[in-house]
Parts: sequence; structure tokens; C-alpha cells
Amino acid sequence: MKALICIGHVPDTTSKIRFTDNDTKFDTTDIQYIIGPYEELGLTRLLDIKDAGTDLHITAINVGLKETEATLRKALAMGADEAVRIDIDPTDAFFVAKQIAEVFKNGEYDFIVTGKESIDYNGGQVDGMIAEFLNIPSVTGATKFDLLEGKAGFEREIDGGKEVVESVFPFVTSAGKDFAKEPRIPGMRGIMAARRKKLEVITPVEQNLKTEVSKHYLPAAKPACKMVSPDNVEELVRLLHEEAKII
Amino acid sequence: MKNKEAIKGGEFIIRDSEIDEIFIPEEFNEEQKLIAQTCQDFIDAEVIPNINRIDAHEEGLLPSILKKAGEYGLLGISIPEEYEGFGQDFTTSMYVADILGAGYAFSVAYSAHTGIGTLPIMYYGNEEQKQKYLPKLASGELLGAYCLTEPNAGSDANSGKTKAVLNEAGTHYIINGQKMWITNGGFADVLTVFAKIDNDRALSAFIIDRDFPGITFNPEENKMGIKGSSTVQIFFTDCEVPVENLLGKPGDGFRIALNILNLGRIKLGANVIGASKAAINLSVKYSNERKQFKTFISTFGAIKYKLAQQVIKAFANESAVYRISQNIEDSVKKYINDGVEKGKANVEAQREFAIEAALIKVYGSEMLDYVVDEGVQIHGGMGYSAETEIEKAYRDSRINRIFEGTNEINRMVTADTLIKKGQRGVFPMFEEAQKINIDSLGAAPTFTDDYFENMKMTVKNFKSLFLILTDCATKTFARKLPHEQEILFNFANIITLSYVSESIYLRVKKIESIKGEKASEIYRDMLDSFIFDSANTLYNNGLEAIYSFVDTNDQQKYINALRHFTTVMPSNIKEGRRRIADKLIEDNKYSF
Repeated sequence: MKALICIGHVPDTTSKIRFTDNDTKFDTTDIQYIIGPYEELGLTRLLDIKDAGTDLHITAINVGLKETEATLRKALAMGADEAVRIDIDPTDAFFVAKQIAEVFKNGEYDFIVTGKESIDYNGGQVDGMIAEFLNIPSVTGATKFDLLEGKAGFEREIDGGKEVVESVFPFVTSAGKDFAKEPRIPGMRGIMAARRKKLEVITPVEQNLKTEVSKHYLPAAKPACKMVSPDNVEELVRLLHEEAKII
Repeated sequence: MKNKEAIKGGEFIIRDSEIDEIFIPEEFNEEQKLIAQTCQDFIDAEVIPNINRIDAHEEGLLPSILKKAGEYGLLGISIPEEYEGFGQDFTTSMYVADILGAGYAFSVAYSAHTGIGTLPIMYYGNEEQKQKYLPKLASGELLGAYCLTEPNAGSDANSGKTKAVLNEAGTHYIINGQKMWITNGGFADVLTVFAKIDNDRALSAFIIDRDFPGITFNPEENKMGIKGSSTVQIFFTDCEVPVENLLGKPGDGFRIALNILNLGRIKLGANVIGASKAAINLSVKYSNERKQFKTFISTFGAIKYKLAQQVIKAFANESAVYRISQNIEDSVKKYINDGVEKGKANVEAQREFAIEAALIKVYGSEMLDYVVDEGVQIHGGMGYSAETEIEKAYRDSRINRIFEGTNEINRMVTADTLIKKGQRGVFPMFEEAQKINIDSLGAAPTFTDDYFENMKMTVKNFKSLFLILTDCATKTFARKLPHEQEILFNFANIITLSYVSESIYLRVKKIESIKGEKASEIYRDMLDSFIFDSANTLYNNGLEAIYSFVDTNDQQKYINALRHFTTVMPSNIKEGRRRIADKLIEDNKYSF
């Protein structure tokens, strides 16, 4: 069985977010990149399934320029069998989904795993769009994933409970929290093996851009917390009424 | 580097290095960063969440975490692939020690196992011994310890009383004696034990398995810091050790012990990098959360000063550590190319740079003590509470000035070894000293508008200060100089700061050559501040030395030279430190 796992190349969660070029671009100075945490869980689950004895070939894929290879190399060190990089700076979700769908079509894969959303732009659209391009089922935000006989089983969190889903192959699923327990830490053996694994660079297919970023801005700084003494209820009411305007 | 003879250990004192001769951490490759990330993930996932349980000596926890590190391959970083290790180069092993240095008591256990617990066998073991022990030490199936210190043999290690006597059948050595402060002793399976055979003057080394008959282990010591690391006394009573467990030849032990210590010292320099960054992170986070006088304390100049000094010292230490790493790595390669066996090549390279190892051990341990001390101060009353992590960092730091040779021993090693190398003519140190005409020095050096040329001159002046003083001291005291420990300490301080100053200067220059001037301004701030502080410390040490031994008729001449050599380019140090602190405060973590 062959799986394609999308590997997001995203800023470390403690990164300081700044913008350049009139706030249209993310300032990448001094930014450390990591595998998107949801994709990391997705890959970990696939590796767990493989380690439990399923014959599964895992290909890590990323749409990005050369600098994303370090992130793909980490996926290989974790245990992915090979990697593909589509050599272009990714623009919007539609564009990325199109590229991945093309690779899927040409590679005899059985299913695709993505993260439920990237932690930089939080788009959460690529998985659904891939499914649409390929006309295959999509199970979003899965919290449990198993390969069953001729099909795959999922659990999803829904309002107030859980949904148990099964799908035939091929399908797209996006990994949510709990898809795997803890992200796998690559060991030295994996890191050394990653050197020799195949990392193929392919040229993107043509796709017109559908969206463009006109501006980024940071959330306004939170105003300072005001402390009101417990015996001054009048002041509290006044503040809630006049300043917070919630009563 | 081409066509240039490799620099010798200690030669920095008369020879300038160029940026292409040094390695800086900004140059780590993708794979090294991946390994470092694994180490960081391991610390975050396996060590820090368990650190209080480790410190409470929860039965079996620390060895189980070490074994887990073994599963990730972290115990076999330096072990050659033919013994099921990962055969990584020296600099990579230093990077691992750096990142894992943030693991408190775990770090000590890790260093003891992979350093003194494994290396004697790796460097001095015969093929059979290496085959038997190294794969299991690499995987963590066996854990190692090193038994040198005795109740009456600490710094004077060769004075140990533990005895080994060959039995009549010639099959076993019978060992009797007592060892103390044995790190990992509570659980180690393999002990490298030093003892004297019969009435030998020099020690021999033996590989002893924990289950050999005649070994008893005392309970865990109750320590000030690194509480979770295992530290025990071990008693050998007619312990029977098969003759094939002798490491090297009879009488090799003291040499083995000293050579292994060289490595331990350099590794300590790496360990304190991770530990210092962790303490800086605790400090800046707290100062960004704690409010007094209605504002975050990180907005106060008093706190910014502390944060900036923490960063500058940590950065300087890191610069020196990786410079030494590269020197050693180049030297290892040179020995291997010359046909020297790998283990021996490592030992020789580490011995070559014994001066740098000793001085960085001193600088690094005192740097970390500074960082954690100011860390506690930034935390105020909370820093004195055992609830906070900085309190642990403060206690855990203190041992670094004691083990791997006390800082006093290492200051002696630094100054004494360098002077002896000069006297032996390993490099023309005294010839260079005599070329300096102190009568012709102006009141202050002439600075130009080339920033890095000025820095280069200042670093050279620092070295010149040592050269003129040591030339005078050797003439004054001749062979009695080693007994003038206070003067040697002054010299060691001057040598150390000269080396570290040159390391940070070269690193900043190299960073600027990679990133450009604009992106490097903050590094120039660090360099300015470090050089300024160093010059003041050099001045004090120089003056103390001059008053203590220079002929009174010559003192003024030397003091003039001292002023000349310690005058640095003026710059607004306060504003520079503020910029460094502001970056740290904005990032809310160390990211330089």
C-alpha cells in the first residue's frame, strides 16, 4: 500500500511574527522551521501502522523551495520512505492542492494524509480541495485512523460526541489532534538513513492563482488588566458599562 | 587554511587566526541540526517533565531515561560504526553535549556515561574489550562509570591507595580499596577503576563489571545540586578481576586518566552552553511576566544589564567552544591521515589542545555560575524558592567549578602548560615576547576606522600583555614560578580572556561576512561589551601581577604598557547592552 503524506514547512511555534513589503509578506529573518504539528502526527500514525506490520510505503511531499528540504529530510529521518518536493514557492491552498493532486494521479497511491490545518496560515483547505480535484472521499480532522480490510476507519470529533467513519480507497484525510499519541522523535539511525533516501524534486504544473494576500496585520495588543477592589462594586459596574460596554 | 601549518595547542598566544580557520555554530549543516533537534526534543519530552522525579531519586528512573537515550542512538554518537555506534565527528558530539547540557542531573549522567564511562574503553581498550563493551555501551544495555577519586586522592589523583595484586595463578588481579564521588555509580554496569599494581608509582586501569565478587556500593550521597544524578562510594574488597580486563598496559592508568580529563573539560564547555541558554530563557521569560511599579521588570535598565551580560558571556563561551572543537577535529583528521589509529588520534588531538580545554572549562563553568546567579537575582524572592526552576539551575551549576579538575587545577594547567610549551620551544613564545619593546609604547594604541582591524589589534594587545609579564616572571622566578600560584592565576585569567576575546571577535567577523553588516550589528554590540569587560579584568590581573613581582624600578614602565594594552576602542557599552537585552526581551528566548 502506498501513502502520500503532506509535510508542511512552518515557523516554529515560538517564532516572533513580523511582516515586510508593506505587510504583504511574512518576514522570515531568523525564523526556525518545523514540520507542521498535525502533519507530524499524521506521519507518526502512518509509521506506527507500518511498524505494526502493515506493508506501507510512505512518501512525504511538500510544495516549496529548496529550503524546505531540511523539513522533508526530517520526515525521512522519522521514517518516511521517500520524499517529493514540488519546486515552487506555494501561494494559495488551491494551487498547493492542485500540485499534490497531480502527483497523486501519477503515482498509484492509495490514500493521502494532510494535517487538518497549517499552523502558519491556518487555511485548512488543501485536503478538501485535493479530494475535489481527484473526486475522492475526504475525511477531515480525524482523531483516530486505522487501515482495515479493503477500507480505512476513522473517528472524528463532532459537537458533543464522536463520529465513526469508514471510507473505501482512495481517500484524503486530514490529521487532527490525537491522530497519534506523541510525534515521533527521529533517532540517530533514522537520521543517518535519511541521507541515503530519495528526495525527488519535480516541476510544478501550471495553475493560475485564485487569491492574493493584500495585507497582514497583528492582533491589537491586549489592554492592561484593571484590578477593582472587592468592596467597590459600583466601580466594577461602571467599568463594565462604560468601558467594556457589555452591560 | 591551505598551505598553512595547522595551529598547535596554545599557539594562539602568538599566532592570530583568520575567520576561515575557525568554525562557528552558524555553520552547522542540515544533518547536525537534525541531530540537535532530536536532542532538544528528547530533553523536552523525556527529561524536563521528569526532572523533579529524577531529583527525588525515583528508583530506576534515571537509568531508564539513559537507556531511552540509547534507543535514540544518543549514547553512541562518538562510538565508531564498527562497534555499532554512529561515528559522528568531534564537533557533532560537542553539539550534542551542548543541547543535552540543558538536562540538569540527566546531563551529568549522560556526560559521565558517554565520556568517562565509555571513552577509556574506546580509546585504550584492545579489540576484544571494544567488541565486548562498546556496542552495549552505545545501545545503553550497559551503563558506565569511572572510578578515579578516593577520599585522600582528589586533585592529586595519582596518590590513590587502591591496590591491585596479581594472584598466584596469574589469572586475576585482586583489588582492594575505596573510591568516592562516583557518578552513575548507583547503577553503572561497567566501571573503569584506577588502582596501583603492587608498589607501582603510576596507576593502572581496569574494566570491572558490577557483578564481580567483592564490590559494595554505599547509598547515594546527598548533594547540593544535580541531586538526581547518582553519586556513590564504592568499596573493593578482594575483588577478583580477570587479567584480560586490564586496560592498556600496567602503569598506563594515570596517562589514561589525564587524557580522558582533557576531553571531559572540553565537553563541560559544551554542556554549559545548553545550560546557560536554558537559564537565560527562564530569566527573560520571568522578567517579561513579572510586574513591579506597574511595569514589566524587563523594561528596567538594571534588569536589561543582567540579561545582556548573561547573553554576551554565553555567546562568547559558545564561540570559544566551537573554535576548539574545530581545532581538535582538524587535528584528529591530521593524525588519522598520518596513519595513527582512530582512538589514539582522538587522544593525541585532545592532549594537543589541553590548554584550551583547561581554560574553557574554567571560563564555561564561571560563565554558567554568573548566568544562574543573575537568573536567581532577576527572579527576586521567587528565585530563592525551591518551587522555581532557576533555583535548581543555580544549585546544579556549582559542581562545574569543582569536577573535571577544579578550576584552581585548571588555571594552573592553563598557565603552567603554556609557559612550559614556550620554554620547550614548541613555538617561539619567548622570542615573540622579547620583540615587544615596552619602552616605545604610546599611552594608547592608535585606532583606525576599520572596526575589525581595531579588534584584531586589541586582541593582540591582550596577548602581548601576557607575553611581557610571563617573560619578566620567568626571569624573576626561574623554576620557582610554578609555586607562585597567585601569579599563575593572574596569568591564567589573562590567557583565558585573550583566547575567548579572540574567539568572539573571529565569530562576529565571520557572521558579518555571511550575513552582512546590517544583520550583524547586535553581534558587534556583544563584541564591544565583551572586549570592554575583558580589558578591565585584564587590567586588574595585570596590575596585581606587576605589583607582586616586577622590580619596583621597572613597575611604572610595565604599568604604562598595561594601560596601553588594555585600552580599547571607546563605544557606548550601555546602549549596546540595551540593544542586546531588547532583542532577547522581544524574542522572549535566547536566539542569537
